[in-house]
Order: sequence, then C-alpha cells, then structure tokens
Amino acid sequence: MKLDSKIPKGSISDKWTQYRSSVSLVNPSNKRNLEIIVVGTGLAGASAASSLAELGYKVKAFCFQDSPRRAHSIAAQGGINAAKNYQNDGDSVYRLFYDTIKGGDYRSREANVHRLAEVSTSIIDQCVAQGVPFAREYGGTLSNRSFGGTQVQRTFYAAGQTGQQLLLGAYSGLERQVGLGNIKMYARHEMVEVVKIDGKAQGIIARNLITGELERHFGHAVLLCTGGYGNVFYLSTNAMGSNVTAAWKAHKAGAFFGNPCFTQIHPTCIPVSGHYQSKLTLMSESLRNDGRIWVPKIKDDTRNPNTIPEEERDYYLERRYPAFGNLVPRDIASRAAKERCDAGFGVGPSKMAVYLDFKHNLMYKYGQSEASKLGISNPDDDTLTRLGKAVVKEKYGNLFDMYKQITDEDPYEIPMRIYPAVHYTMGGLWVDYDLMTTVPGMYALGEANFSDHGANRLGASALMQGLADGYFVIPYTIGSYLSKEIHTKPISTDHEAFVAAEKFAADRISMLMEIQGTRSVESYHRELGLIMWNKCGMARNEQGLKEAIEEIKELRANFYKNVRIPGSINEFNPELDKAGRVADFLELGELMCVDALEREESCGGHFREEHQTEDGEALRNDDTHMYVSAWEHKENCQWELNKEALNYENIKIQQRSYK
Amino acid sequence: MTKSMKINLKVWRQRNADAVGNFADYTVDASPDMSFLEMFDVLNEQLIQNGLEPVAFDHDCREGICGMCSMVINGRPHGPKRGVTTCQLHMRSFKDGDTISVEPWRANAFPVVKDLSVNRSAFDRIISAGGFISTNTGNAVDANTILIQKEIADEAFKAATCIGCGACVSACKNASAMLFVGAKVTQLSLLPQGKPEKESRVVAMVNQMDAEGFGACTNTGACFAECPKQIPLSVISTLNREYLSAKLSGK
Ligand SMILES: Cc1cc2nc3c(=O)[nH]c(=O)nc-3n(C[C@H](O)[C@H](O)[C@H](O)COP(=O)(O)OP(=O)(O)OC[C@H]3O[C@@H](n4cnc5c(N)ncnc54)[C@H](O)[C@@H]3O)c2cc1C
Ligand code: SF4
Ligand code: FES
Repeated sequence: MKLDSKIPKGSISDKWTQYRSSVSLVNPSNKRNLEIIVVGTGLAGASAASSLAELGYKVKAFCFQDSPRRAHSIAAQGGINAAKNYQNDGDSVYRLFYDTIKGGDYRSREANVHRLAEVSTSIIDQCVAQGVPFAREYGGTLSNRSFGGTQVQRTFYAAGQTGQQLLLGAYSGLERQVGLGNIKMYARHEMVEVVKIDGKAQGIIARNLITGELERHFGHAVLLCTGGYGNVFYLSTNAMGSNVTAAWKAHKAGAFFGNPCFTQIHPTCIPVSGHYQSKLTLMSESLRNDGRIWVPKIKDDTRNPNTIPEEERDYYLERRYPAFGNLVPRDIASRAAKERCDAGFGVGPSKMAVYLDFKHNLMYKYGQSEASKLGISNPDDDTLTRLGKAVVKEKYGNLFDMYKQITDEDPYEIPMRIYPAVHYTMGGLWVDYDLMTTVPGMYALGEANFSDHGANRLGASALMQGLADGYFVIPYTIGSYLSKEIHTKPISTDHEAFVAAEKFAADRISMLMEIQGTRSVESYHRELGLIMWNKCGMARNEQGLKEAIEEIKELRANFYKNVRIPGSINEFNPELDKAGRVADFLELGELMCVDALEREESCGGHFREEHQTEDGEALRNDDTHMYVSAWEHKENCQWELNKEALNYENIKIQQRSYK
Repeated sequence: MTKSMKINLKVWRQRNADAVGNFADYTVDASPDMSFLEMFDVLNEQLIQNGLEPVAFDHDCREGICGMCSMVINGRPHGPKRGVTTCQLHMRSFKDGDTISVEPWRANAFPVVKDLSVNRSAFDRIISAGGFISTNTGNAVDANTILIQKEIADEAFKAATCIGCGACVSACKNASAMLFVGAKVTQLSLLPQGKPEKESRVVAMVNQMDAEGFGACTNTGACFAECPKQIPLSVISTLNREYLSAKLSGK
C-alpha cells in the first residue's frame, strides 16, 4: 500500500494556516447528526472530546479507570513546553520546531512538528483560561523552567504536578460537556474490538468492566487516544493499567504501526529494589535543572556520598557534554548512566544507580541568592542550606517527598540514587497529517500515535502534543473526513459487522478463560518484560533481537496453553482484563523486536550496538534509513514493512551533537 | 537483602454490590521495602496459585496521584501515615507479625463494586454540575494578560492538588464530601478566571453533592486528618462562605 501522509503544499510556516482556511467544514446542523467515539480521556482524549462536543458533534468517551480524571496523563510531573518566549531568551516557533526535530534525531515529519510548535502557544492560553494554576512569578506572570535538549526556558509547570493540573483542566471541560448532554461518558469500559463497515471505522466493541458485558457502539469516526505501550516492558513509569490493546486491535484491523521500536528510557527514575517490584517511579527531568549527576571515580566505592570529596567525583555528563551538561536529551543521559554502571562505577546496593545531587545548587544557587535578598553577608553553610532548602521545597517538594516515601532516604540530605527506566513510546499508530490512521475514519492522538517525536522525545513535549492534537488539530482535520460523511445515517448496531465483531471478541475472551492452566497472567507479563528490557532495551544487537523474537514466540505459545485466569467472564474481574492486555503485549513485543532488527542504524532511543561512533554515540544511517517504518499486520503475527520517506526541506540534517 | 516479615491480613471480601460481605484471613510474607499494594500483589499471586479468587482492589498510577487506590487500613483511609496514599504506603510502616484489617471506603454514595473496589462516580457528577470554568477551546486571551498574585496562584494550586480519591468521605462519620467540593470551589473562586461563575458554581455543586447522598459537615476534621494531599480545612470555610454569599445574592 502506498502511504500518503497528506502533507499540505506550501512553505513550512504557511502550511497549517492555509490548511485551516481551506479544509472542508461541517455545518452546525450536520454536526449534530454526526457521532464521534473518543477512546481515552487523557490529555489527548479529554481535550478532543470536549472541543468536538463544543463544536456540536455528539461524542461518546471511554476510559478503563473508574473516572476520566485518572488517565495516566495525571502522573506527568515536570512541565509543558510552549514557544511563548516570555523569558525573552530567544525562543520562537522555529526554535521549538528545530529543537524537537533535532531532539528526535531527525526521524520525525517536519510539517507535523512545525504545526505542533505553532499551536503550542495557544495551549498555554487555553489552560490558563480554564483555571490551571501554573507556577507564577511575584509580578503575577507565568514562570518557566528549563528542560533537556534546549537552551531556552520554555517549560510551563505547576510544581511537580503539571500533568495533574492540565488533566484536571481538560477533565473539567469534558465534564462540563457531559453536564450539557453533549458527551456521554463510559468509565470502566475497555475497547476490545474495532467495527469496520465498507473499509471504514464505524464503531467499537467495548467491555463493561463491572459486568463483563460486551457493548456495541456506533460512531461516524473513532478517535484512539489510548496512551503509550511502555508497559510491554512490565516495569515502567506508566500506570499499571496502561496498555496497547485499543491500538493493537486497530492495528490488526488494518492500521499500520509506526516505528514500534522507538522507546524512551528515562534517565532519572528510582532504581529497582526487589523482585516484587510492580512499577518504577519517575523523578522528573526538571530535577536535572538543579541536580548534578555523578558517580565516584573509584569502582565499587561504598562510602557515604556526602563524604566523597569533589575531586573524587565524576560528573560524567558535564565531562562528556560540556555544552548541555546535565541537560542533554534523555536517550543520551540514559546511555551514559548505563555506560558508567556497566563499567563498574554504579552505586547503591544493586550497583545499578548513579547519584543525582542537589547539594551544590541548593546551597550556592538558591541559598546564596536568598541570603543576598535578605542582606546576609558571609552566610555559613547551615544558613545556606536552610534558605536553599525552602526554595527547593517549593520547586520540587512533592517529588522529594515521593522519593523519601519509596526509598526511606531524605534527598535534601543525601543524593538521590537514580537509574534509567522505560517511560514513553515514540512509536505508535501511523497517522497522516490529519491524524488519521490507514483505516479511514479511525484517528490516533497523543502518545498513541507515532507522529511528532521521531526517535527520541524531548521532555515536556508529550503534554504539549496531547493537548495540541486534541484542542487545536483534530477539531479542524476531522472536518476533512466528516464533511464527506454527512449523508451516512447512523448504522444500527444490529448490523452484521457489529454482530461479527462482538462474537469475535466474545470468543477470544472465552478461549482465554477456558485455558485454566497453572501460571498467573502477571508471571507472563514479568517474563516478557525481562526479555524486552534485556534484548530490546537501552542497547540492542542483531543476535539479541533474533533470540528475543524466538523467546517471545515461545512465551506466547506457552501463555495460550498454560495461563490461569480465575473468576468468571460476567463479573468485575481485573485478572481477565489484564490477561487480554498481556496477550496483546505478547504480540507487540515481537513486532518491536522485528522493527529494531530491521532498523540497521542507531538513532535517538534506538541504539544498535553495531552502529556507534568511536566515542559511543548513536550513529544514524541517513543514506538507507531516512524513513518511518509503518508495519502492516498480515496473518498471525506476520508483518510487512511500508516506508514513508522523510524529506527534510527546512532543517539541515546533521549528526546530533550536544558537546 | 532485606528482611522478610509475616503479615496477617483480615480482608473484606464481597462478591458484588448486592452481596453480603465478610472478612477473610490470609497470611503473607512481605518485605519492608514493598509497597502496601505490592504486598497485595503477592497475596493475589498466592491465591491464584492455590486456585482461589484474588482480591479485587482499585489502583493504577501507584505513585499517589491518580486517586484510584482506596483501602481502609486498620480503620483509617489510606492507612496510618499522614499525607500518603495507599499505593505510597510501604510495609516498613508495619511490624513483623502485625495483623492488618483492610476494608473498602464506606459511604452510601460510594457503593462497593467488589471486595475493596467502590464506585465513586458521584464525584464526577459533582464536577459535571459546576466544577469548571465555562470557556470553549479557542476563546482564550494571551496567558500573561491575566496577572495573578503569586500567593493567590499558590493557594489555588494547593487546593487543586486534590486527587479525588474520596478518603475524606470515607473518614467522615457523616460521609460528607465537603473537603472535596471545597477544594474545587476554593481553587476556582480564588482565580480571576473563575469569578464570573462563582455563585452559580457553588450552588450547583452543593446541590449535586446533596443529591448524591453525601452527609452534612459537623466540623470534626477527620477528612483533613486522612486526606493524602493535606487539603486544608479552610477550603470548607471558603465553601460555606461562597455558598452563603451566593444564596444571599439570590442564586
Ligand atoms: C510518570 C510520567 C511523567 C511524565 N511527565 C511528563 C512531563 O512532565 N511532560 C510531558 O510532556 N510528558 C510527560 N510524560 C508523558 C505524558 O504524560 C504522556 O505521554 C501523556 O500524558 C499521554 O497522554 P495521552 O492522552 O496520550 O494518554 P493517557 O493519559 O495515557 O490516557 C490514555 C487513556 O486511554 C484510556 N484507554 C487506554 N486503553 C483503553 C482501552 N482499551 N479502552 C478504553 N480506554 C482505554 C485510558 O483509560 C486513559 O483514559 C510523563 C509520563 C509519565 C508516565
Ligand atoms: S480532599 Fe483529600 S481525601 Fe478528599 S478526595 Fe481530595 S485528596 Fe482525597
Ligand atoms: S494508585 Fe494512583 S494514587 Fe494510588
């Protein structure tokens, strides 16, 4: 199949404006007759659902949690980018565009990224209008901080709870439309199948998680805003329920999967502490503004870090990347931590950790500046610490508390121990400029699509993308499809396609329940996660990937013979919900390895050991791999590769350097 | 490696909303570094291995922010530690050999779904009644044209950190939702953007709260004591004040 990314003609800075003024519109009376299904109520889903409902469409929204407010966007900590240039430090739409393309290691689409940078400024306006309490300066204006991979301060934040505040803003907009009768909300519902009629997406089958019943829902269009699939690694910073199921069902119904192997491993997470570990906790990238990362210069150094003198510390990021220092992009910071630990310089009980140390900035940056404000000359160390601590507490208090709660160590006193963990998936359903997948009428928004971050996402850009897609992109682009659908009458859910899709889902669930083997779902998930982490994680090679593919196939076969799901189908049964999700991860994991094997280069978070520079940096292969991999599912986990060539017309492609 | 600890559990088991529930006893080998929910994972793995039904409980983020986890531990919502959700509670807060009782939130407005899981959709309906600022996408002015005093912004933020978990309701002998509603009303009425609707908002939210069957507030402060986000009791005074002034102005 020939992929058409439908990128509008024109110069990069005019494409979106021209598109918006020329895209077909649906008139208000027709909107009332058009129904849209929005699966997911995170930033992408909640913003899309409310914006579309405001325009007059009839919306049905779904989420698997007990309330739309609990989507995993709630957990985002550090901030959201926007090219406002409020700091007068040289930011611009172009610079945000450029940083994002470069940060993504030249594997994203120029036109989409430029649009994202353009609408970024409206997002902040919209959120403030909703009452999102962003951090402010004493003069009453909005405050900014820095994030990785940039040299300007463009990140807006609300302490360490930015995602929570943004989501609660979007959720309040959604609930307002629920109250007005324009959105019908289905919480504790999981989409388990796509319904296609005449090749177009026309509805979904959703499972009511409380009763176990399958329900049929019609829609003129279906929007998947179902988040990322990092949980294929079992341990990740994602929520326990985050899954690929909706996207995977769409994939099997014909939607191509873009760059599945592009995974983001976040450098600053709390390390694994035991075999019972169920998830990993992020310590926001914003901490790298003020924390310095180091390991001891001596191997196996077990001294208390506070007693290790300056000259015996290796601030390896500052050493290797003087221009960006601790603020290099995530992929680079993660690999550098792994390199130090693999070389034997790791710290903590497992030796798989590095220090993130606040002492220096706490005392000399904040303590000193507070002391100057108070007119204290020659403050002693205790004063500096006390004054600095108050500032740090205001900036990151909740993160420090969380760290202490989990590790029982006080990061104000002793450096945090951190290690990289799976965090985000740049890959996702392939979409065109309209955010439509290869199945007409089916869209993917937010982390669920592949579109804007190339091979590595910059911090504070996922929240931006989710809200851009939902508030400012889909309300326009959906018109291009729906304007042609105004004559499609709502299709009865008695239609044979609905009956067949429901039966297909029901049979699959019964089949899973009937296995009644001996192993828990969780045990398969853990085992899959370990294969993925070891062989398709921070470093990958041909042999490992080939082994992983075989191991996953075997594990999958074993799952279908030996999994044990307790309880029954028609009741609240979290084990059954999990089984369906793990079954899909067991297929996705294989595709990720297939993709990683095919991509004979290193770029961003995808590091193939065979392709690196002399000093261990990722080495792209622009001559052969300047494309998006869009995988088409054939029969039974066989895939065919389609390539979307990436044409850079505005940005000069370079070897990425942060030195 | 870390020490192991033996924990005796008394867990509320209830098939569904209509069934009668009862406590069941279990023993689990835990470790002090485990979270409380990881201890439940171990219990469930054990139950599945023995062909028994695992305990249903709600959870998702496991980092204290989504508000999904909800266990009454030894009679206290979210357990013994102040300012901590169930998922962030660690076993080091207990001792080897302890017996711990675990129940769901108890409130008429939060019916049990199964075991430790309850239905909190009443909270969504309260927000839907008025917990928002009526602004459509695309209407907004440049963000920095609205200047907000830092202290006000910080106070609004503090109130906005409510995670909607419902511990306040569960802790209250009247099952009152005033802390939850007060938090939202405080956030939005402090901010200039929220002022135009402040009267209609508070009335609509309070009416919905009453319709859902939450009880009255008798100022015992149990909600604040158990609130994992330490939402201050002052939000309840703000709520009362806003409500009264809305009523006086005839809303
Ligand atoms: C700990 C953490 C911190 C982060 N911090 C930042 C940050 O500071 N800045 C930043 O920009 N990004 C950050 N990110 C990334 C960012 O939060 C996410 O990429 C983004 O919020 C995803 O939003 P979303 O709307 O696409 O999906 P989500 O918020 O994950 O929402 C998914 C929705 O889909 C629903 N769903 C899923 N599957 C189904 C199904 N089968 N049926 C029905 N419903 C379904 C869920 O119920 C949920 O409502 C962070 C991520 C994590 C994990
Ligand atoms: S006020 Fe506190 S206890 Fe009540 S719902 Fe909010 S966070 Fe939970
Ligand atoms: S599981 Fe999210 S707050 Fe506890």
